[in-house]
Amino acid sequence: MMSLQKATLFALYAVLELAEDTERQLSASEIAERYNISTNHLAKVLRDLGRAGLVESVRGAGGGYRFCGNAKRTTLLDVVELFEEVGAGPSNGIVQETNAGVALSLVMDEIEAITYATLQSISIETMLKLMRRRKPTERQLPTGLFRAV
Amino acid sequence: MDAAQHKPGYNLVYIDDHKINIRPAVKEDLPVVVGLDERTTGLRKPEYWDDLFVRYGNRKDSRFFLIAEEGDTLLGCIFGEVRSWEFNSVPCGWVGTVSVEPDLRMGGIGTILYNEICRCFRHAGVQKVRTMIPRDATDLMSFFRAQGMMAGPFIQLETDMEEEG
Repeated sequence: MMSLQKATLFALYAVLELAEDTERQLSASEIAERYNISTNHLAKVLRDLGRAGLVESVRGAGGGYRFCGNAKRTTLLDVVELFEEVGAGPSNGIVQETNAGVALSLVMDEIEAITYATLQSISIETMLKLMRRRKPTERQLPTGLFRAV
Repeated sequence: MDAAQHKPGYNLVYIDDHKINIRPAVKEDLPVVVGLDERTTGLRKPEYWDDLFVRYGNRKDSRFFLIAEEGDTLLGCIFGEVRSWEFNSVPCGWVGTVSVEPDLRMGGIGTILYNEICRCFRHAGVQKVRTMIPRDATDLMSFFRAQGMMAGPFIQLETDMEEEG
């Protein structure tokens, strides 16, 4: 089972929190407090996200970070790959020269491929939809982009 | 799907200022659908679409082949059916494929086609919708993810069969 490193998880929290309202600016400490995580660690992660063009910092009073990526085009994989390697092949330590190693590699390759495809197919916007679905009482009605007649 | 839906303008959906009509496919759509499929997949398959129209185009109970158009311009299509498979799978709606003019993608046309076929499935009495896509078709997978689809309880397995001895 794939487990995310702390930096990856913090990055996903930050991106999703900021992308939920692109007009809103939040400081690292505000996000850290919301998710009960280390502000220092999150600040480093936010700098990496800034270098990747996903968030930008706004200076001055009321400053903070805001999402500046394309929520439709940015996928979970885009964020995860900034902090760790995904789909790099079978786990280290498998002895490929043995029958057992080859068979294990086949299974690990399958797991990696499914993980990669899943992360690559879910955009930040889709994640935001999922988040709203989990909070039905706070869900807002669509603003009329589609109107059945 | 009732007969009234064959009438132009019966099932209009607006995307911004665009008035999109969703209607069942008719035989005359096939050359345009074949062209759209060719632009999308790089393969020209008129026989495939003819056969599909025979099986899906004239059915109104459990098989659906829908077209999105603006005026006389075909923008996209979708087909699917209600069916049940073995291994204790309850009947559900299956989306066969959805195709939208490449330069109009990300504009909501696929979504209104998907919503309409889901409405047809619900009318046919099922609550679930499924599809099956290649893992490397990430654009298509992203589309279905954006509609709220998650990995289902079934997993596709395959192998090359050994030659008979």
